[in-house]
Amino acid sequence: MSEVMEYDVVIVGAGPSGLATAIKLKQLAEIQQTEINVCVLEKGSEPGAHILSGAVMDPQALTELLPDWEALGAPLKTRVVADEFHFLGSKGSYKLPHFLLPDCFHNEGNYIVSLGDVTKWLAAQAESLGVEIFSGFPAQKVVYGAQGEVIGVETGAFGINKDGSLSDGYQPGMEIHGKYTVFAEGARGHLGKELIKQFGLDNEADSQSYGLGIKEVWEIKPELHEEGKVIHTAGWPLDRHTYGGAFLYHAADNKIFIGMVVGLGYENPHLSPFEEFQKLKTHPFVARLLEGGKRISYGARAIAAGGLNSLPKLCFPGGVLVGCDAGFLNASRIKGSHAAIKSGAMAAEAIAQALQQGRQRDVLSTYADLFKSSWLQAELHKARNFKPWMNKGLIIGTLMVGLEQKILRGKYFWTVHSRTKDAAKLKRASAFPKIQYSKPDGKLTFDRLSSVYLSNTNHNDNQPVHLRLTDPKIPVMHNLAHYDGPESRYCPAGVYEFSEEGGDKKLVINAQNCLHCKTCDIKDPLQNITWVTPEGGGGPNYTSM
Amino acid sequence: MKVLVCIKKVVDSNVKIRVKADGSGVDVTGAKMSMNPYDEIAIEEAVRLKEKGIATEVIAITCGDQGSTETLRNALAIGADSAVLVETGMDLQPLAIAKTLTKVNASINADLIFFGKQAIDDDSNQTGQMFAALNDFPQATNISEITIADRVAIVKREVDGGVENVKLQLPAVLTTDLRLNEPRFVTLPNIMKAKKKEIRVVPNAEVQMTNQSRLTVKNYFEPKGREPGIILSSVEELVEKLKNA
Ligand SMILES: Cc1cc2nc3c(=O)[nH]c(=O)nc-3n(C[C@H](O)[C@H](O)[C@H](O)COP(=O)(O)OP(=O)(O)OC[C@H]3O[C@@H](n4cnc5c(N)ncnc54)[C@H](O)[C@@H]3O)c2cc1C
Ligand code: SF4
Repeated sequence: MSEVMEYDVVIVGAGPSGLATAIKLKQLAEIQQTEINVCVLEKGSEPGAHILSGAVMDPQALTELLPDWEALGAPLKTRVVADEFHFLGSKGSYKLPHFLLPDCFHNEGNYIVSLGDVTKWLAAQAESLGVEIFSGFPAQKVVYGAQGEVIGVETGAFGINKDGSLSDGYQPGMEIHGKYTVFAEGARGHLGKELIKQFGLDNEADSQSYGLGIKEVWEIKPELHEEGKVIHTAGWPLDRHTYGGAFLYHAADNKIFIGMVVGLGYENPHLSPFEEFQKLKTHPFVARLLEGGKRISYGARAIAAGGLNSLPKLCFPGGVLVGCDAGFLNASRIKGSHAAIKSGAMAAEAIAQALQQGRQRDVLSTYADLFKSSWLQAELHKARNFKPWMNKGLIIGTLMVGLEQKILRGKYFWTVHSRTKDAAKLKRASAFPKIQYSKPDGKLTFDRLSSVYLSNTNHNDNQPVHLRLTDPKIPVMHNLAHYDGPESRYCPAGVYEFSEEGGDKKLVINAQNCLHCKTCDIKDPLQNITWVTPEGGGGPNYTSM
Repeated sequence: MKVLVCIKKVVDSNVKIRVKADGSGVDVTGAKMSMNPYDEIAIEEAVRLKEKGIATEVIAITCGDQGSTETLRNALAIGADSAVLVETGMDLQPLAIAKTLTKVNASINADLIFFGKQAIDDDSNQTGQMFAALNDFPQATNISEITIADRVAIVKREVDGGVENVKLQLPAVLTTDLRLNEPRFVTLPNIMKAKKKEIRVVPNAEVQMTNQSRLTVKNYFEPKGREPGIILSSVEELVEKLKNA
């Protein structure tokens, strides 16, 4: 039995949702004049190191949590001053007149931020309230009690060699027990996934649908830069069968955040989200902005885009899911950070109340009730059957829906009800011609390796591979044979490579490049790949992503 | 036997740094900072000496801003007993640091003073040597092994093409090389303990550090990317190219 540390509340993940939970708990403890011990475990080397987002942030939830965030120096500095939406064709582009812009694309009052910086700042606020944050300590396992209730988590060990033997520096994991455990791992949390299954939390929900977001930060020529401008695009280069769109945010200091989200329900196994994104940058509309600029960082992360229809039950004995680990993102606005903060704060309210009543390790149904009567529920409800153009009036609405349908066949928005998992939507390679992507030019477009280099990713290379194959034969016998090895294309870090040795094909897993985006865990056709936490501190070291 | 370990906060070795657009410096905003890896080796060695019963007290010290407290906490989590932060927002050069450390050490009187052989940001490789000279202490740089008995340190130094064995009378200055040890993984209980250990803050006024720069940096630029290679079809072509190169 490993060593045990006891807390009132254990939080897994120092992202916006986990930190909001921690901050709110401390604030409520102060009001209730009690002591609530809170510990946060974070797998990244420091808070923010694994955070990648757009991001245009709606400050509503933050203002509720920390009304004086401005005085506290929150890194929300760049107000959105202009919103544009463009349909891209293969050559031209069509800008939607501003009065036609659906509400969900209006960003008045929002801020262009690095969510990584916001997270770092939230962590500092939490620490100043007495929250203990342990960075570089992944929660690797859920610890269950005698009645099957969650009593805490176990952290990963350090110093296990690649072959499983123990090195001289070996340090075993520790059990961290809490009266309640909060799972705030973000989209496709690996413990969240287990809990959803274990407690059947999604029995009455649609399956979760995901998108893969790939992002780069560029420093562009000052004369091309318009601080505070937000641009979204739909259409080219994605085909009509693939959900997705791109964003271009003009942040401070001549930087732009450019990225693309591709729906992981895509059918064509030849598709490569990475290459589609590289291609996007060659469109004249985008290329002229980047011209003479310099790419300074790169990264990727999955989003949970199913919305309210896919939301699992939030509570189970001993714990709750918050933020994107549950799936609170509003896909129509591609915004999840406000929802993450709001859900964390509501979970904290339920926990503080329970602790005050002397309860522990039961089902915190107050959290679910609070959510049901919150603005977040109303917002997600509105987005549920998302017909953005229709509330612009019937004639315009019909026109725009027609346009959108014609150009995009409705594929910009995640509006589908679906009980099919993204992995199962992939069709056989033979059903599609191969897609020929152009070679990178090293100026606008790049290959995976030079990209991963800019994510500052590192894993101790003498450790067991953290991408586990249930059946090691499936990659070649099934994935390569029927789907032309899609893992070599969907992975944005080039972790999976098929190589040939004396006529025998095999899959090479370059685990040290992994960006922790979770796409392989989501999209592998037979769900044969399981992402587990590597040794603590491993993964990207994003700066201001 | 008291051991003083001098450490520095630097940009994490995994982070790819970037020259500012105007060439005035390196852009480190928001970048992850860590303890200089050679200093981590120095702390580890000092703590091992204590675990062997040779050292009685390990003190970590740094000159820097409040953010350096994190770095000191890390040293305390590895096993240092206490720490000193000489607080300054100035960007100090090696001589200024060596002088400051000399002043602070006057009240500590360490028997052994460890430095990392160099900091991975400016690669100066000077502070330890300057400190030794200012104090007239014997020094051994780039050490890869150490044994101590009867106030004498016997160390191995990594030199070009071999190893040099050196004997020094304490108090002495040692700067650490990569092969000296492999720093331990910090554990949660030790991080908790570190939070309770003392970090003494010495205000700049007390040591009167000055940022008397002896060097002026004119500008920074990134190394030129490598020209792409070309594949030639024959030896003749190669000779031709070389002639005209
Ligand atoms: C490309 C892209 C663009 C986006 N654009 C926007 C936008 O413009 N506006 C907006 O509001 N939102 C946007 N989002 C969504 C937003 O980023 C998320 O909704 C938000 O980050 C969710 O916060 P979270 O705390 O739930 O999870 P995360 O931010 O994912 O944080 C989870 C944290 O938990 C840690 N963790 C995970 N598992 C473990 C474990 N087992 N042990 C220890 N630590 C663990 C992770 O390292 C991470 O630090 C975007 C997302 C992407 C990918
Ligand atoms: S290995 Fe999986 S989780 Fe890691 S970067 Fe590739 S797709 Fe993402």
